[in-house]
Parts: sequence; C-alpha cells; structure tokens
Amino acid sequence: MSHADISPALHNDQPVIALMGNPNVGKSTIFNLLTGLRQHTGNWPGKTVAVASGEFSSDGRSYRIIDLPGTYSLSAASPEEEVALDYLCFERADVTLVVADATALERNLGLVLQTLEVTGRVVLCVNLMDEAKRRGISVDIEVLQSSLAIPVVAVSAARGEGVSELLCALDSAGCDSVNTRPVPYGPVLENALDTLCECLPALCERERRFVALRMLLGEEAFARRFAAERGVETKTEQLASALNHAQKILRVSGAGPERICDVIAKRRAAMAEELSQNAVRTSCSTRGRRNLKIDRVLTSRRLGIPIMLLLLCAVFWLTITGANYPSAVLSTLLFSLGDVMGGALLSLGAPAWLHGLLISGIWRTVAWVIAVMLPPMAIFFPLFTLLEDLGYLPRVAFNLDHAFYRCGACGRQALTMCMGFGCNAAGVIGCRIISSPRERLIAILTNSLVPCNGRFAPPHLWQQPV
Amino acid sequence: MEHEILLDDLSLNSRAAVRELDFNGAERRRMLDLGLCEGSVVEPVLKSPLGSPVAYLICGTLIALRRCDSRRIVVTPLAAKGGI
Repeated sequence: MSHADISPALHNDQPVIALMGNPNVGKSTIFNLLTGLRQHTGNWPGKTVAVASGEFSSDGRSYRIIDLPGTYSLSAASPEEEVALDYLCFERADVTLVVADATALERNLGLVLQTLEVTGRVVLCVNLMDEAKRRGISVDIEVLQSSLAIPVVAVSAARGEGVSELLCALDSAGCDSVNTRPVPYGPVLENALDTLCECLPALCERERRFVALRMLLGEEAFARRFAAERGVETKTEQLASALNHAQKILRVSGAGPERICDVIAKRRAAMAEELSQNAVRTSCSTRGRRNLKIDRVLTSRRLGIPIMLLLLCAVFWLTITGANYPSAVLSTLLFSLGDVMGGALLSLGAPAWLHGLLISGIWRTVAWVIAVMLPPMAIFFPLFTLLEDLGYLPRVAFNLDHAFYRCGACGRQALTMCMGFGCNAAGVIGCRIISSPRERLIAILTNSLVPCNGRFAPPHLWQQPV
Repeated sequence: MEHEILLDDLSLNSRAAVRELDFNGAERRRMLDLGLCEGSVVEPVLKSPLGSPVAYLICGTLIALRRCDSRRIVVTPLAAKGGI
C-alpha cells in the first residue's frame, strides 16, 4: 500500500468524517493511518473527554476526520457516549465511519445499528481481519453489505491493508436515503412509534423514528433539539396529544421508560445476532483452544498469582541487573566529562558561582538523571510492552481486581502501578484506563507510593558519594 | 417451571439465559449494552484466583463481571450444548 495519495492537507469546505466504534477496535490506528500523524489521543485523567481531529487528502479531495471516543452504545450513560451522540446528532458529519472488531462483530453491530438510526451516511469498516483470521473467524463482507445496505470494507489497519478500499467507500458514501431495514421493536412499541411518526411529516423516515423513540424514552428535550436542528417545530398540539396517546399505549401494556430500554436493547441485540450469524463463520481453531488453556492456567487458583509474581519479579530482576552496567558506564563517562568541563571553565578564569551553576548544578543533575534513570527505563518499558503485546496484562488486572476492589479501587490499578515502577508520571497518565472517577483518583494518588526507576537506583550507585 | 438462579451461582462452562437485571438507570443501560438483555446466553469461562471477577462469554465476547454485579443478575440454566 502506498502512502502517496494520503497526505495531510489544509483546506476549507472539507467533507468531515466522524470516526466511531467500540473501544479497542483500532479506531485510532485507522485515524493515524489516514491522517499520517502519529497522534496520541490522550487526556489528563479526570478531565472531560478529548476528541482528536486531523486531515488527509485522497484522489485530490481533502477531508477532515474526527476521532470520537470509543463507546459501546449511544445511550448517553457516560460522558464518552454523550460526546459521541452529540456529535452524531448535532455536528452532522458528512460521513460516519464506524469501525468494528471482526473478532467480536456481534457486539460491535449494536453500535452500527444505533448509528443507522440517526444517519444513513455510514460506512462500516470491519477491522482486525488479520486477528480474526488467526482465530479461525471469517466475515462475509458481501452479506453484511447487502443486509445493512451501506458500504462495508474489510481492513487490517495494523498491517495497512484495505485502506484504499476504505478511501473509495468514503468517497462513495454520502447519501442519506439509504434503505437499511430498521430494527423491529415489536408490535406495542412500533404502534406507539407510528402514532408519533404521523405527526412528524417534515422529517425523513429515519429521523422521524429516532425523534419518536427518544420522546418515548423520556428524552423529550433532546428530541425537540434534534428536530429543531433540522428545522422542524415540535411544540405543536398535535404532537403533544400524539405523545400522550403513545404513552397510554405503552402504559396499557405495562411498559414504562425502563421497560422500553430493555425491549430496545433486546431487539437490537437480536438483530445484531441475526446479522452476525449470517455473516460470520467460526471454524474450530486450535489456536483458540490453546489460548483458552493458557488463560485457564494464568487465572487458576493455584498457579495464577504465583506465575504473575514470578513474571513481575523477572521483569524487575532484568531491569535492575541489566541496567547496572550501562548505568555505571554512563555515570563514569558523564561525571568525568563534567570534571573536564569544570577544569576547562576554571582554567579560563570563570568565577566560582558560574562553575557551581553550570557544572555542579546543571550538568551534574542531568548526568545523574541520565545515568540513573535512562538504563532501567530503556529495559523496563520494552519488557512491559512485551507483556502488553502478549496480552498478559488484562490477566493481571483480572487476577488482582478483587484485592483492589476490597480497598475501594479497581483491578486496572495493578497495571498503572506496574507502570509506576517504570515512571510515576507515566503511571499517572496511564490511569485514564480506569473509568470510575473515584477509583481513578485513588489510583493517581497512590501511584507515588510505588517507587519508580529513578527511586530504586541501580546497586552500584548505592555506595556512591553524592 | 423455570429454575432460576443468580449468575454468580452458575458453574463454570455451563450456559444460562438472562432473565432479570437488578439494576437501574445508567448501570442498567451499561449492562444492556454489554449484551445482558433478557434471553441472551451467558457462559462463565474463567474464574479469578480470588473468586471475583468471573469472565463470561456474552454475545461472543469475554467480559469480566465482579461478584457484586453477577449477584444482581437472575438467569435460567440451559441444557449443555452438544459438540464443541
């Protein structure tokens, strides 16, 4: 694949692409692939959700792309979902690109179906096709495309495969009158929806249904805002009485707003299951069985924690002993260089305070930091990344969650604390993986209780005079 | 009559269908979004050494639920699946 036709560009009147999908499906990989920026979507823990934006051009046209936060759904139960739903409904991107995980398609299709309730200008990108292949999962893109009536593209973003097809699909999408079969919500709810839809003729069928559904869910303010954005007045008598009538229909059959949520979720899940069963074939793979056996050992009662302690000790041992020699070399080198420079300064007749500032102060501090911290970090972080790439880290969180839960924290804190052994600042930034604000705060505050590489200096320096 | 138990009491590698969720509001929506709607099939696959959480196979994905949450989900055990 050539990057020749993907280059960042700056123009006005660019079509805007909104990037959506479940967390960890490779959205950001695709974002980076398209924009050519090595962008890290980070946010300080505890702050409001950050949204990354970039530009790329393809076939002479330039596009703007917005990387929305990963969400499992658009039910606005979390700040990320609110941001994603808000963007989808009110910013009105020209194309919405939903990224799905080929190895978990059934679950990912829930979000696709919800997105299709708001806009027809959707392209589905099925990512992680290489991973699916390894696990013996095959996805029939043609079947998906015909069932959903939207362009569907298979991609392996990590390998850069499928990007040109994706760009073609993005170019060709952009028609709102796509005929996707809406999720059937059952006779009672459909009856109530029809009652409301009759009073919203100015909207297209998809939008009518969406507004009606939100009203029945008790989100009238949101529904009105949605309609108002599209120039449709909803404060009419007719609509108010239709809403009453619809709510009566639901009450009679025992369905309050909570019950409606259940029905919606169930019907949507059923449709996702049906779509998935038609399009996905799983062959019994030896790899899957082997992985499961390994997982059983890694989380077993007898071996789970001992293996974990062993691995972590191995990482520490490698870090400390491995860093010892380079640390010694670096410190000798840098300090002797400092002495040479100091000597040179003094021989040039520099005043004592200048020597103090430049050599004893700046140089010595920098030398300490590099000699003490650089070698252990250069070993620790690659080892930690290796564990992460092997997929072992979630097992650590899984094993330790209960212990952390009893302390009012979260199992994922085990991971941020491990990061903290490398560098406390990195550990604190890593706390963004913890979703609950309270648990996140605890993880941040206690991270400094874990000694970082800079604090457990290599053994050879323990007797070094300061 | 359908035999109902808590998801927490479901033994490893047996399957069950979700019947009720004792959650409200945002928590309930979170559970629904994860695939735990009425009638979905769940199967405990991995149990943590300390007993909690347990990884359940839900809609084709492994999701870890703490005991405090799985004790609020009522399920009906299903007959074992033949074959794999």
